[in-house]
Amino acid sequence: MSTAFPQDSVGLVTPQVMHFAEPLALACGRDLAEYQITYETYGELNAQRSNAVLICHALSGHHHAAGYHSPDDRKPGWWDSCIGPGKAIDTNKFFVVSLNNLGGCNGSTGPSSINPATGKPYGADFPVFTVECWVHSQARLADELGIEQWAAVVGGSLGGMQAIQWTITYPERVRHCLAIASAPKLSAQNIAFNEVARQAILTDPDFHGGHFLEHGVIPKRGLMLARMVGHITYLSDDAMGEKFGRGLKSEKLNYDFHSVEFQVESYLRYQGEEFSGRFDANTYLLMTKALDYFDPAAAHDGDLAKTLAVAKADFAVFSFTTDWRFSPARSREIVDALTASRKNVCYLEVDAPQGHDAFLMPIPRYLQAFSSYMNRIAV
Amino acid sequence: MRADLDIIQDWIPAGSRVLDLGCGNGELLAWLTANKQVFGYGLEIDADNIAECVSKGVNVIEQDLDKGLGNFADHSFDVVVMTQALQAVHYPDRILSEMLRVGKTCIITFPNFGHWRCRWYLASKGRMPVSDFLPYTWYNTPNIHFCTFEDFERLCRGQQATVLDRLAVDRDHINGWASRMWPNLFGEIGIYRVSGHTAMNAGQNR
Repeated sequence: MSTAFPQDSVGLVTPQVMHFAEPLALACGRDLAEYQITYETYGELNAQRSNAVLICHALSGHHHAAGYHSPDDRKPGWWDSCIGPGKAIDTNKFFVVSLNNLGGCNGSTGPSSINPATGKPYGADFPVFTVECWVHSQARLADELGIEQWAAVVGGSLGGMQAIQWTITYPERVRHCLAIASAPKLSAQNIAFNEVARQAILTDPDFHGGHFLEHGVIPKRGLMLARMVGHITYLSDDAMGEKFGRGLKSEKLNYDFHSVEFQVESYLRYQGEEFSGRFDANTYLLMTKALDYFDPAAAHDGDLAKTLAVAKADFAVFSFTTDWRFSPARSREIVDALTASRKNVCYLEVDAPQGHDAFLMPIPRYLQAFSSYMNRIAV
Repeated sequence: MRADLDIIQDWIPAGSRVLDLGCGNGELLAWLTANKQVFGYGLEIDADNIAECVSKGVNVIEQDLDKGLGNFADHSFDVVVMTQALQAVHYPDRILSEMLRVGKTCIITFPNFGHWRCRWYLASKGRMPVSDFLPYTWYNTPNIHFCTFEDFERLCRGQQATVLDRLAVDRDHINGWASRMWPNLFGEIGIYRVSGHTAMNAGQNR
């Protein structure tokens, strides 16, 4: 059956789990006593261990970035458009590591894991993570994998923030940073959307202060609403217009409040429904908080150039014209800070109608530049 | 290397910081980086050119010159270069003043509309010149702001900028005797080195 996979796919992949016994000190002041990180790798680590690329995922992402878990999988990993033999992140050249961040709900220790201190799921007791905490945990994973220095750390959106943080926290350990559809910190509007999503979850009667698993329920409605709000910000007005317009599900209007009438309503409900069945509500809260807190320049009075001065990496920054969640202006803030601190940087503003989601799409100009940049990385 | 770039590179000191406006495929910056230890950025808007720059390892930033250089600090570059783009921007005066602000010196090249062929074409045919060198029709051209050497030098004077060097060359970038004697008549391309930095102006070209 494996012959059924496309030629440029990494094919069948099996997630791996790394256990860590040493506590991880967190920004919130607490420790995560023991934990596990679930990850996947694609390609081979070379003898010099110089070809490793770290993939950092966004809000609802996970370790399964490329390939298939089973021949019956309908869809490949979430960034399969960019990872594989001959693709932008060429697995013939690079050894790619993709993990599920701590606090996640796809195999790494998170709120739905059992708290060894109580024998019950962590739930609301799971500590709040920051982007920097994740970077520290990723560095430990790198240590275990024998990777002293990444050829590149790559991520889109919240993943791009982790890539940037790597160059600040571990400047010696990153040669190239690719921050795609990202931002140096959230705007008030970004935080506002996150807060609406969090309130949807927190006020769901099934949330039970975060300990819903102990009650045998999930805050499905809250999670669904959170995803619906989030999803609106991932698409552009044009993309939504193009996809749904004012199209109706049925022939005529029903003049009531219960029917799903417009196509866009149906789509959002489907997205919310699907998401609420597979994602943990506490993880959603944690991820949005990590986004809100991310502001590496705060340590230097808001001076991003000064913050990035320690970086030793070369940078590629890509943005998409219709992305209004993290607009091109946000990427340009990163680029301006990089030029002010005299770093090597390439910046592309890709004309694409898909909005924030564009970073996941096979847009020719984006993939071409992405490939060109990755191809010239010496390993 | 493109002939005009070969002339320009000679005017760029080794180890300097260079901003190349409309850097094209990154040829100049790639050469300067490899041969003169220059550190630089190129601004470009053409997708194919940007892709080539990325492949070459040139620091290319997608940025429209018509939106200014507000993201670069005063005198943050030793040299700001703009080749064959002055006539294509919406506000040549604004971009010149931005270049003078950001760069300690500026190198600018542009086609001379005062060249005898342009004058002859306009005088004899009464129509906007079209040639092998400038092949566009007036209604469909990227070159929306043609000027002559004389016009450009007036603009520089108006912005208190000093012309440090001027080379008038023909289309093959040869600086012949005629373009040395009567540049505005026989020079097809102007290559200027200009500075707005007052300290550097003292005693030069006066």
